[in-house]
Amino acid sequence: MPVTYKKIASVTVTGATASNVEFTSIPNTYTDLKIVFSARNSTGDVDNVITLNTSTGVSSARRLYGTGSSVASDTAAGGGLATPSSATASTFSSTEYYFPNYAGSANKSVSIDAVNETNGTNAYSNLSTQLFTLGSAITSIKLAPNSGLYVTNTTATLYGISKS
Amino acid sequence: MTTKLVVDCSTGVVEEVELTEEELAQREADAIAFEAAEKERKAEEALRAAKKAELLAKLGITEDDAKLLLS
Repeated sequence: MPVTYKKIASVTVTGATASNVEFTSIPNTYTDLKIVFSARNSTGDVDNVITLNTSTGVSSARRLYGTGSSVASDTAAGGGLATPSSATASTFSSTEYYFPNYAGSANKSVSIDAVNETNGTNAYSNLSTQLFTLGSAITSIKLAPNSGLYVTNTTATLYGISKS
Repeated sequence: MTTKLVVDCSTGVVEEVELTEEELAQREADAIAFEAAEKERKAEEALRAAKKAELLAKLGITEDDAKLLLS
C-alpha cells in the first residue's frame, strides 16, 4: 500500500516564546501539504499570518467565523488561530492548513479550519480560504501571530500528501 | 531577545534565530495594523448586535422567536 500521508517535519516551542515558526527547504515531491498547528499566544485573540517563500503574503481571503455568540464573514488575511493568554490555562488552538498542488505553476491557495479552546463563552472558530500570487513551488511556509508571541508547547507539524 | 524557530525540512534541524531589525520593525507594523483592523471589526460586530436588538424590540419578539420563524 502506498504511503500517501507522510510527516515531513515538526517543531515545538520549548523556550519561553517564539515570534514565528518557519518550515524551509520543503521538498517538491508531494502533491499537497498540510500543517497541523496547536498554538497559544502571549497576548489577546490573534490570527496566524502565512508568508510563503520568505516574502509572499496573502493576496485575497475570505473568512467565516464564529465568536461563541455571533457569526460573521470578512476578508481578513488571518485564518489560523492561537488561543489567547486570557483563555483557560494550558489550552491550545487547533488549526489545519491545507495547501493543494503546492508544487505547481498556478497561484497557490490554502484552506484553513481553526478553533480556539477555553472554558468560557467566547472562543473563535474560523473557516477560511486564502490566495497567494505565487507561480512557483512552495519551498517555505512561515506562520506568525499578528500580535504577541507563541508560547511554550506551541507545536506545528508539516505533512506531505501524495496522490497515490 | 525575540527569536523565531526555523525548521529545515531537508535535515529536520530546528534552529532558534534572533529576528533582524527589519523583521522586528515588520512585526511592530503588523501588530499596529492588526490592532486597527480588530478595532474596526469589533465596532462593526457591536453595531450589528445593536441593530439586531433594536429590530427584535421593534417586532416584540425574542431571538429564539426569530430563530423559530426562520427555521
